Amino acid sequence: MKSIKLEINGVQHEVEVAPWRTLLEVIREELQMTGTKEGCGLGECGACSVLMDGKTVNSCLVLAAEANGKRITTIEGLAQAERLHPIQQSFIDNGGFQCGFCTPGMIMSTKVMLDDNPNPTDDEIKKGISGNLCRCTGYAKIFDSIRAAKVAMAASSDGRGGA
Amino acid sequence: MVTFYRRLPKFDYLAPQSIEEALALLSRYQGSAKVIAGGSDVVPKLKRRAMKGIDYIVDLKGISGLDYISYDGAGLKLGPLATVRAVERSDVVLETFPMLAQAAESMASPQVRNRGTVVGNICNAVPSADMAPSLLTLDAKVSVVSEKGSRTVAIQDFFTGPTKTVLSADEIVTGIEIPNPPANSRGKYIKLTPRRAMDLAVVGVAVMVTPENGICKDLRIALGAVSPTPIRVAQAESILKGNKFSDELIDQVAEAAAEGCRPISDHRASAEYRRDMVRVLTRRAIRELLSDEAASAQGFGKGA
Ligand SMILES: Cc1cc2nc3c(=O)[nH]c(=O)nc-3n(C[C@H](O)[C@H](O)[C@H](O)COP(=O)(O)OP(=O)(O)OC[C@H]3O[C@@H](n4cnc5c(N)ncnc54)[C@H](O)[C@@H]3O)c2cc1C
Ligand code: FES
Ligand code: FES
Repeated sequence: MKSIKLEINGVQHEVEVAPWRTLLEVIREELQMTGTKEGCGLGECGACSVLMDGKTVNSCLVLAAEANGKRITTIEGLAQAERLHPIQQSFIDNGGFQCGFCTPGMIMSTKVMLDDNPNPTDDEIKKGISGNLCRCTGYAKIFDSIRAAKVAMAASSDGRGGA
Repeated sequence: MVTFYRRLPKFDYLAPQSIEEALALLSRYQGSAKVIAGGSDVVPKLKRRAMKGIDYIVDLKGISGLDYISYDGAGLKLGPLATVRAVERSDVVLETFPMLAQAAESMASPQVRNRGTVVGNICNAVPSADMAPSLLTLDAKVSVVSEKGSRTVAIQDFFTGPTKTVLSADEIVTGIEIPNPPANSRGKYIKLTPRRAMDLAVVGVAVMVTPENGICKDLRIALGAVSPTPIRVAQAESILKGNKFSDELIDQVAEAAAEGCRPISDHRASAEYRRDMVRVLTRRAIRELLSDEAASAQGFGKGA
């Protein structure tokens, strides 16, 4: 077993993990944060996307040991107390999901994309979420949600929408 | 019946802090240790049980200073931990080697490119490896070390078969050196895929051409996914070199490129289709490179 330190959504965790465990398994099973999903387990679907030191990664392909000392953000880390992140709110308001399985990963990719480029074109949006598959929506409502989120975030002074 | 494994097999994880330490681990554990950079090839392979007998994962990311992308006027140097994403976004790559940035951007997804490395891509050595054709046209050199010594391998000699390279199990790639492309050259990588993202190349064609007063001063063509390894097609290149550009010669070059490959049929495409697409895409790449005078706007190599 290895002892690793993770900062997840601003909270320090120290966990004992076997070397063959993935970051996804630690997040979901050890830490019981089940917002992050496991779809394919092979890097194809993006359901397991989290931010590691500010970049999106497929947590199913990251060994927990590789994440030692890193700063992780999961879907649970986006809301501020009761106030959802404007991207989350926008997915709700615009029907950006059906079963919801792809949504946490989709939102993490959207967050990085909009932080990096607050006004993406439709083509840039496609590239930004190219690592996230959705079996339900046909993506149209996801696009609506992302376009609305970018407007909401641009309208707010803190880039988080709302007040 | 297909079995889906969700869990990794058991192994130990080792994070050496220097190349020397990593080399010592590889020689101590021989074939049962596997180097990882981003792990985006190795981890899925381990999960699918497509890679067996690995007891130790040797992660290079514990070694500092290996993620460099540096340019010294004579050429570009990529460290073994330079990610595909970093290469795609690097100012100097975009400026001087735009074809590399274009190839990098064609790969996988942002998530995978944030982890995967250019060195890992060529070491993994699938015939469709997207970084290989551009590196082949750029005459890249691969630096390799083991406990026994170091050597430099021309990228043309690096690949030996599907997922096979000249590397032995105790060797580590310490970098890729890419000399400046010829002055006034332009390059382009065309990746043929059914999907627009997150797909492997059915055919990959990289072309670098150096026109001078209507004459082809230099031409380099490399192909991916149509032979046991990514390849250069010297025979096709020689048809135009030193000659005036003409539709007829360009067709001959494209024909020769198609004849120069050895594609297989698989679930992605038939051998016949692949060969025909080599012809079409080689011709298209040369024509586009010549016709588009606003070269830099299209991501063509401007040369240095
Ligand atoms: C969902 C998905 C989509 C993908 N799409 C594409 C695609 O479109 N195009 C494409 O070309 N590839 C694709 N890949 C494959 C992979 O992401 C790339 O090949 C990537 O560049 C590999 O880099 P890595 O650092 O992650 O390699 P790793 O998995 O770390 O290593 C790959 C191989 O290289 C060896 N290696 C790595 N570094 C060194 C070194 N310094 N010295 C010696 N050996 C070394 C390893 O031992 C291993 O054999 C995809 C992968 C996934 C999971
Ligand atoms: S579960 Fe990680 S990419 Fe599908
Ligand atoms: S909402 Fe079901 S997978 Fe996207």
